[in-house]
Amino acid sequence: MTILVIAEHDGKVLAPATLNTVAAAAKIGGDINVLVAGQGIGAVAEAAAKIAGVAKVLVADNAAYAHQLPENVAPLVAELGKGYSHILAAATSNGKNILPRVAAQLDVDQISEIVSVVSADTFTRPIYAGNAIATVQSTAPVKVITVRATGFDPVAAEGGSAAVEAVAAVHDAGTSSFVGEELAKSDRPELTAAKIVVSGGRGMQNGDNFKHLYALADKLGAAVGASRAAVDAGFVPNDMQVGQTGKIVAPQLYIAVGISGAIQHLAGMKDSKVIVAINKDEEAPIFQVADYGLVADLFEAVPELEKLV
Amino acid sequence: MKVLVAVKRVVDYNVKVRVKADNSGVDLANVKMSMNPFCEIAVEEAVRLKEKGVATEIVVVSIGPTTAQEQLRTALALGADRAILVESAEDLTSLAVAKLLKAVVDKEQPQLVILGKQAIDSDNNQTGQMLAALTGYGQGTFASKVEVSGDKVAVTREIDGGAQTVSLSLPAIVTTDLRLNEPRYASLPNIMKAKKKPLEVLTPEALGVSTASTNKTVKVEAPAARSAGIKVKSVAELVEKLKNEAKVI
Repeated sequence: MTILVIAEHDGKVLAPATLNTVAAAAKIGGDINVLVAGQGIGAVAEAAAKIAGVAKVLVADNAAYAHQLPENVAPLVAELGKGYSHILAAATSNGKNILPRVAAQLDVDQISEIVSVVSADTFTRPIYAGNAIATVQSTAPVKVITVRATGFDPVAAEGGSAAVEAVAAVHDAGTSSFVGEELAKSDRPELTAAKIVVSGGRGMQNGDNFKHLYALADKLGAAVGASRAAVDAGFVPNDMQVGQTGKIVAPQLYIAVGISGAIQHLAGMKDSKVIVAINKDEEAPIFQVADYGLVADLFEAVPELEKLV
Repeated sequence: MKVLVAVKRVVDYNVKVRVKADNSGVDLANVKMSMNPFCEIAVEEAVRLKEKGVATEIVVVSIGPTTAQEQLRTALALGADRAILVESAEDLTSLAVAKLLKAVVDKEQPQLVILGKQAIDSDNNQTGQMLAALTGYGQGTFASKVEVSGDKVAVTREIDGGAQTVSLSLPAIVTTDLRLNEPRYASLPNIMKAKKKPLEVLTPEALGVSTASTNKTVKVEAPAARSAGIKVKSVAELVEKLKNEAKVI
């Protein structure tokens, strides 16, 4: 068995989710190759070659793959992937965008967001917003899978010395082009990789009040997340949303502030090791999953918490 | 231009589903079913395109059991012009659905196909991308803004770090994210009118599509339950517990 892992990157830096995906590949067993597709991606390829357990890094460096447009990258992955037993990508917005297109080109069903490997052809994945866990078996000649990063502990980023090989194939469908992007700037840890996450909901009342959470987060070295209610109300940008349709996190500590705990929000954080809820509504569903609950006004509790930690 | 919108009948998003005792799936008997929330957003976007004069006809399609006609009627009440049901009692995979949609696309020749980004039952997030692969069209997934101009569509997409805009040649596939729009409600007169709008029923066989799958669900289980937590009295007690008991800070 040989497994192809699609590297997650922004063109400059290899994303940590790649390490979790390689960990899933290691659980399946077999040789692991990593594909880095993009433009001017030498640094990413170098980082990929150092990942523990990776045998070979394939580098497709071409203008057609800049910004990883799925119309161009998917045919490349499908072409290269034919010789592999498994094709894996992280269940990031990029992985979710590209991989189903690859699966359809290979005429196989995809398995999305696996959280564990039962055997080389059997995997588990959450369905119905995490309210059920399905065990799925694939008979596909090439198994196409996205990996939920929080289900797998990352492999070491250093220690490997994989051979790097250039891929010459160029696919340019010409049906799409990149126009621009607006990325949110933040000095705090990345939400999906943070050890501690502090999240705010509708109870924060406005965007300005999130400063209390930022202060607490900075003291804890935490990332800041939000519920859909807080995002929809315009308190914070979309990419901070934790939940079924936002980011899935599983930090050591998740502090939910002014979040009621709807099914869709719980889907994004209920695998956190320790959950703390601060809410003035004693009946809020969030208390049913919280290890430590504090019924209090968040505008008093959060500043006090910031002082004490 | 003609817009095709795909909608799925799913368990209502407010329902807390239960896994069947024999682990064969989740119990959907006597559970409230609705249109998948992302599909509602897709229908709304198509209707807005029509109101702007960009779209001339909206065809809504669903693939599923006979009862999915209810969701198609809802879409018709919201402003779709006609509906197609590809009737199948089977539990189809995303690839099978994408193949059936491809057959409908071949038949209808829409300029734009709008789907939801994911269904809240299977949580797959695959069908739109697969349909794009099968048709060879460009894809604008997780769309928060869609602007058609001439033979192109500019799609702003929600990505992990923020937002990205891509330009696609028409025909193209778009999948909707939550923030694309706020779906409207169907008014009673429109619900009555929708009953008279055309609804065509097809079968996978008639479309010549095989729905065979390479995936098999072996079992479905309830997730591990979290052990009950405690309520602390004060912030000081919380900090003490986090430091000494949970040891996470």
